[in-house]
Amino acid sequence: MTDKRITEEDVVAELRDGMTIGIGGWGSRRKPMSLVRAIARSGLRDLTVVSYGGPDVGLLCATGKVKKVVYAFCSLDSIALEPHFRKAREAGAVSTLELDEGMFLLGLQAAAWRVPFLPTRVGLGSDVVERQPEIRTVVSPYDDGEELVAAPALGLDVALVHMHRGDARGNGQYLNVDPYFDDLFCMAAPRAFMSVERVVPTEELASNGPIQTLRINRLMTHGVVEAPGGAHFTECVPDYERDEAFQREYALTARDPDAWAVWKDKYLDCGDHDAYRTAVGL
Amino acid sequence: MSTPDRADVCVVAIADTFRGDGEIMANPIGNIPMIGGRVARVVFEPDLVMTDGFAVLVANAMPVGVDDTQKVIEAWNPYRTMFDVVWSGRRHVVMGASQIDPYGNQNFAFIGDWDHPKSQLLGMRGAPGNTVNHVTSYWIPNHSPRVFVEQVDVVSGVGYDRAARLGDFVRAHHEIRRVVTNLAVLDFATPGHRMRLASVHPGVTVDDVVAATGFELVIDGDVAESRMPTDEELVAIEQVDPNGVRHQELGS
Repeated sequence: MTDKRITEEDVVAELRDGMTIGIGGWGSRRKPMSLVRAIARSGLRDLTVVSYGGPDVGLLCATGKVKKVVYAFCSLDSIALEPHFRKAREAGAVSTLELDEGMFLLGLQAAAWRVPFLPTRVGLGSDVVERQPEIRTVVSPYDDGEELVAAPALGLDVALVHMHRGDARGNGQYLNVDPYFDDLFCMAAPRAFMSVERVVPTEELASNGPIQTLRINRLMTHGVVEAPGGAHFTECVPDYERDEAFQREYALTARDPDAWAVWKDKYLDCGDHDAYRTAVGL
Repeated sequence: MSTPDRADVCVVAIADTFRGDGEIMANPIGNIPMIGGRVARVVFEPDLVMTDGFAVLVANAMPVGVDDTQKVIEAWNPYRTMFDVVWSGRRHVVMGASQIDPYGNQNFAFIGDWDHPKSQLLGMRGAPGNTVNHVTSYWIPNHSPRVFVEQVDVVSGVGYDRAARLGDFVRAHHEIRRVVTNLAVLDFATPGHRMRLASVHPGVTVDDVVAATGFELVIDGDVAESRMPTDEELVAIEQVDPNGVRHQELGS
């Protein structure tokens, strides 16, 4: 029986410059932040980040890891616009693929199903299609002959997600109200790494909640990182709320290089996730 | 009950956009739109389906801006299900706009150049998919020539001129019902679907609206005045906005 438990540093060791990394969660909710911070501390560069964007995208932009962002929004929820992403974008430091939120879902689904695209009307007439030649259309082969958008598969090299509970074999469980698209991120990548708040015996999973909460199965994952507080400062209810005060402090550093240097020293350069937990007081 | 003011007029103008919608998802985004949508459901569109802003559909008239409010949950609606609703066409969204043009092309993605924007805003969000699948209205709390522009920097929400070049299905389902602002109500009820001034709010003149619009509006004949809330609507407004959040949003 394979025990998939590894550390954040083991995950980073699997990554290479220029890779396309998909990150689960949504906005500032249930983001695998301990994994994101490990990447931010590494020497990796030129990454393409595919995300329903939040501080994962912002932090990787602020630390110069990102070449391209594939996104439909990048928000901290209680702060509408992710300031570090904004700053990188306005400086022309990162390129983007601008997608509709639903087209993004179709792209992950296409990659998960190993087809090159899925047809949709989403994007027709908008600049998602009109000004991005990499997004193309197809004509229905049936009698309707309608022109549709071929939402391109968003193939990933690696997916990173954060779940509430998981076991050592790579099964994962969410306990909040929305699974987001974490299973699709995992299936859209040949390698997927899942951090969890707590690793529990497999026998315990089904008693933690309805079986529908067992959204991630071990076919989807290649490594499990036990990271209590691993989504901090994003929301991870019912285990913990978003740390709004911490998020505000993080957001403010986008305006002030000195404040950023202090923040980075304190919360990134402090070391691994245990050191971070100590620094934050988790 | 206080005397109705501009915010109340905006609330019922939003509510009126949902009139006749029946059993579809009303998805107003922003405080005044949410208040308007909830008032519509309380007063004249009881079958509207509405979310809590997160992952459930809620049957009761939740007050806006009140924490720990009671929710009567009627269904689960995670993001994945939301896209099913969008693509089914059974939805009417009210979105914001940083820029909007004479044919209702909307931008809230970014201002300026694609690769080097002057101001990065929301991104495309769901605007491209919403506008070609179901009814869309817009709420613009700051009617000005910076928002109402001849040409938007990037098209996130699809307007009538672009929709006209698309297939039969999209043309049949694309509808920008109304644009409600702090000054007026606008629509596209013109032969060429160019934006028309439908009504001006009490205390606002047609000239005020023209001066605040960066393109030529269609103005046919005498422009009506936007209606005041009814007594029943004022009661509903107090119910869904007990703390007067609507007054803060307008800032005037």
